[in-house]
Amino acid sequence: MAVATVLQAICFYAFSGIAVASAVMVISARNPVHSVLFLILAFFNAAGLFVLLGAEFLAMILVIVYVGAVAVLFLFVVMMLDINFVALRQGALQYLPVGALVGLILFVELVLVFGAWTISPELTAASGAATPALTEMSNTAALGSILYTKYVYVFQVAGLILLVAMIGAIVLTLRSRDGVRRQKIAQQVGRRREDAVEVVKVRPGQGI
Amino acid sequence: MADFLRIYGLPTLITVVEILAIIVPLLLAVAYLTYAERKVLAAAQLRKGPNVVGPFGLFQPLADGLKLLMKETVIPTGANRGVFLAAPIITFTLSLIAWAVIPFDEGMVIANINVGILYLFAISSLGVYGIIMAGWSSNSKYAVLGALRSAAQMVSYEVSIGFVIVTVLLCVGSLNLSAVVEAQRTIWFCVPLLPMFIVFFISGLAETNRSPFDLPEGESELVGGFFVEYSSMAFALFYLGEYANMILMSALTTILFLGGWLAPFGWQPFTGVLGHLWSLCWFFGKIAFVLFCFLWVRATMPRFRYDQLMRLGWKVFLPLSLVWLVVTAGVLVATGWLPVGGG
Repeated sequence: MAVATVLQAICFYAFSGIAVASAVMVISARNPVHSVLFLILAFFNAAGLFVLLGAEFLAMILVIVYVGAVAVLFLFVVMMLDINFVALRQGALQYLPVGALVGLILFVELVLVFGAWTISPELTAASGAATPALTEMSNTAALGSILYTKYVYVFQVAGLILLVAMIGAIVLTLRSRDGVRRQKIAQQVGRRREDAVEVVKVRPGQGI
Repeated sequence: MADFLRIYGLPTLITVVEILAIIVPLLLAVAYLTYAERKVLAAAQLRKGPNVVGPFGLFQPLADGLKLLMKETVIPTGANRGVFLAAPIITFTLSLIAWAVIPFDEGMVIANINVGILYLFAISSLGVYGIIMAGWSSNSKYAVLGALRSAAQMVSYEVSIGFVIVTVLLCVGSLNLSAVVEAQRTIWFCVPLLPMFIVFFISGLAETNRSPFDLPEGESELVGGFFVEYSSMAFALFYLGEYANMILMSALTTILFLGGWLAPFGWQPFTGVLGHLWSLCWFFGKIAFVLFCFLWVRATMPRFRYDQLMRLGWKVFLPLSLVWLVVTAGVLVATGWLPVGGG
């Protein structure tokens, strides 16, 4: 058993070390495309950490959603945009105090939460009931029962909010420009013989 | 340390042997898939195909491989070296690691993980990275155009593939691939879920960038698309990866819809080792059939136009698979067939 824990510890430090290192590279890489690639590496290592926790469903979803879809679109946009990132970075130092403040607040909050757990373990009983043990049901089933059975209405509302945001984005950006030639399939299918062909009787020697 | 070796040494060795037992035949299969493709295309076009190297041209793939190996790897001056070299490696690796969860027979699988199907979905959605990285790092306009097309195409068709997979999962009640096959003992899913089977097959064509959805390569307008700057083994890795992905997609189709290793109507005349061979034959036979369909489509269909491709994905397949998902869920709940599994 001790051997298994050692192996787990090695994996944990490998994953988290690479994750932190690639997160640093995300903000320090000169080339924006390299930044996105390092971001993907960081996602991957986060997925590895989830697997170590026994949350394999979350790990796969992280890879599918973030790496497989979101980061592809990121990369897509970064490749297409012609932004001079060196010029953008000129004034980056002036945001340092704000960034440091946000980081500090997050850090203090984390310390408060975990510190409270360590100092008075009975506090954990007051927080929300944990998911059932992994021996009872797999974590896929546990997530499903929480999201789709216990909190189904809240989940639906969250979905609706996202839908509204999506439609809003489309409405704000959609504009119909003139002079763009598009294939209108309904129009093509709806064409009738009378609109398209005209049968003319041509008498010889006279033409039309 | 001795403890460590005793507990982990032997299982690691066994796993390495298992991996080799999958990868070596897989690479051979890839080599002969290129041969099969040329032969099928030749038959469709009333030609002979490769028939010079060896009997019936059977050594043609080996000759091609040797030729690629002997050539020089050219790295363009403007290319981003690291990314340029990483792209083919990523493509090839991704096409191999997916095989870890494919069950060839009852219990014959390297990693029988609970979320096998999600793992496969994740790996196949990563395939786009090799292409985007190749396109961007080549510093060539044709390559970038191919990569952009491929990114949009694969992201679009993944959505409908996801819904098809959810439909199958509703009928199975588990994310485990072996459980998916076992659930088809009464009837293969291609019968009750026929529209989903067709959607999945066509989306599979798009996901593997096969004709008629081979716009990322588009040799007639993009001179070869994302790998236009690649030569030698780097090119060969892309090629191997593409064909390995085709075989993987066929295996996935077989597992999800054609009953995996199960013979039709529970026909199992053998037991023991012969029984295993019998199952393997069915599994490989079904994969070969789906692969033949891939090649057949290539020989038959002209390439799609890009806006038609997007229209098909978003306006036809997505609504169709959504509606079918709701109908399937409704029928399962109404008839009480909904499997309540642990997972």
